[in-house]
Amino acid sequence: MMRTPSGHKVYAMAAEYPSAAALYEAAKLVRDAGFKRWDVYSPFPIHGMDDAMGLGKSWLSAVVLCGGITGLLTAAVLEFGPSWIIYPLVVHGKPFDWRTVPAFFPIMFELTVLFSAFAAFFAWIMMNGLPRWNHPIFNWERFARATNDGFFLAIEARDPRFTEMEARELLERSGGEHITIVHED
Amino acid sequence: MDSAPTAPDVIEAEASSSIEQRLKRIPLVLNKRNFSWLTERIAGVVEQPAPRWWWVTFFITASIAGIGLFCLGYQISTGVGTWGLNHPVGWAWDITNFVFWIGIGHAGTLISAILFLLHQKWRTSINRAAEAMTLFAVMCAAIFPGIHVGRVWMAWFLAPLPNNYGIWPNFRSPLMWDVFAVSTYFTVSVLFWFTGLVPDLATLRDRSTTKAKKFLFGIFALGWRGSNRNWRHYEMAYLLLAGLSTPLVLSVHSVVSFDFATSVIPTWHTTIFPPYFVAGAIFGGFAMVLTLMLPARAIFKLHDIITPQHVDKMAKIILLTGSFVSYAYAMEFFVAWYSGNQYEKFAFYNRIFGPYWWYWWVGMLFCNFLTPQLFWFKWSRRNVYVVYFVCMCVNAGMWFERFIIIVGGLHRDFLPSSWGFFTATWVDLWTFIGTFGIFTSLFLLFIRFLPMIAMSEVKIVLPEADPHHHASALDHHVVAAGGKERT
Repeated sequence: MMRTPSGHKVYAMAAEYPSAAALYEAAKLVRDAGFKRWDVYSPFPIHGMDDAMGLGKSWLSAVVLCGGITGLLTAAVLEFGPSWIIYPLVVHGKPFDWRTVPAFFPIMFELTVLFSAFAAFFAWIMMNGLPRWNHPIFNWERFARATNDGFFLAIEARDPRFTEMEARELLERSGGEHITIVHED
Repeated sequence: MDSAPTAPDVIEAEASSSIEQRLKRIPLVLNKRNFSWLTERIAGVVEQPAPRWWWVTFFITASIAGIGLFCLGYQISTGVGTWGLNHPVGWAWDITNFVFWIGIGHAGTLISAILFLLHQKWRTSINRAAEAMTLFAVMCAAIFPGIHVGRVWMAWFLAPLPNNYGIWPNFRSPLMWDVFAVSTYFTVSVLFWFTGLVPDLATLRDRSTTKAKKFLFGIFALGWRGSNRNWRHYEMAYLLLAGLSTPLVLSVHSVVSFDFATSVIPTWHTTIFPPYFVAGAIFGGFAMVLTLMLPARAIFKLHDIITPQHVDKMAKIILLTGSFVSYAYAMEFFVAWYSGNQYEKFAFYNRIFGPYWWYWWVGMLFCNFLTPQLFWFKWSRRNVYVVYFVCMCVNAGMWFERFIIIVGGLHRDFLPSSWGFFTATWVDLWTFIGTFGIFTSLFLLFIRFLPMIAMSEVKIVLPEADPHHHASALDHHVVAAGGKERT
């Protein structure tokens, strides 16, 4: 574990950028330099940043699909179980078995949507490793502006390619300002 | 965001051609405001101490809500006889209010979901408040079917559970569909709203001055830090929630309309109801959005974020959906005549000339059909007083419409010997007024404690949010044909 002269563990080498456009260009540089453990921070999602960072499509949609299928099956069991098997209920003289399915569509639809929405909600939180109490990046006092108007890039020390020299040099070359080491603790 | 920010370099390229010059967009945030101005102005509303008007207004609305809650308690402890319900009118103000409130919620979901999928970037200024309005309106709506059952301690019969004889509820009943539709709608709206709130709560956390605030906002912000690896999943979730909410919102009012359409009552038993109800819901909902947003904009000086362009577009949606609704009104009359069914024909004759005649003339004809016609004219869409007048008419008109549909159908059905007349009691009246108190109190609390405009989303529509932005693009003067701004 890398340490600063004062004995703090190093979390990352970080820089601030004056605009979304500057951050976007810097991200492309860091991507091409071959770093893997790094991230950019902005007050809003920047269009095209996933490509600039070399990230693919989010697989959150697969989780939502599973949620939707679960919801549909839940509704089918909930409706057919009681009305067909447990306590067959004849209403309006209409069939009570599988042929009654059109009347079951609304609830099937609603539960599909409900379970999908829960899946989407919990998936984005869990896939992002949230909720969490704290994060080393918050140790940098300038970082408070990341949710206001600041644009930041941090290359983490645990990246296998990370050396203090190279990271600092790369951030300087990319136009980063206020380049600094962020402490782990 | 999936909706790409306006790409200024494209606009720059267009500048060379005088024809395409006319197609330039006027900015969604006026006066070239930057990111920190937006944060300062929107978060400032929450961070400053509550102004005096807020306390006065909140006291009034909370008192009205208190009267409403008293009426609910009185009705529950005494019985549904405290309402004017009797044979043959077994559904009146209660179900009217339910449909009225649930309809209002629909505009919020339309703005947050459907306009998002359609890449309507102007929605970012109003979606947060409109979604909050949705939640509060659905809460008010849920009160009515809950207490309308009479013995509220038996309300668990609405749940998909077997009763003490082992009999399950009838899943083929539209009333059962309604329970699922409304509860799903509320839950999904909460999830969508909270998802949108997280980055803004993080902003408030990072700006908070006291430990208590930092702790509270910190808890609800879930540790959000604006990382792009997080935004990636977040945006996908947001897109999918929008995609899920879109059919959901259309289904909710369709299912509400099935409560009527699957019965045999004249004027209820009709196939036109689902689209007719959905259009009416969006129509009434947008009127309520403007009713809330125009005063909020004036009080908090948000004119650069909620611009005349936004009001103009909402007015156009009111005109559009109002036209759907008016078409449905006309088609109902046509079908009643064309069907040759004497009960149906009489019911519509009764709608215009019967004992509730003025509900139709004032509510449906004047408020819902005639007043929105003003929005054909640009001067009226640009005059906030005219817009406010029309919105108030639509708010009232949509309540009258639901009353006419429900009571109009019931009070004179097939057999003249069973005809009757519904008169509201003071409990009916004050329960309804009380829900307005609950609704406005909740909205006042919302604008006091949470950012009423989605900061992280509005920032995306600024030109400098675009990664290909160059400073020079700001300097372009935007003009349309005839020297007027294009909207």
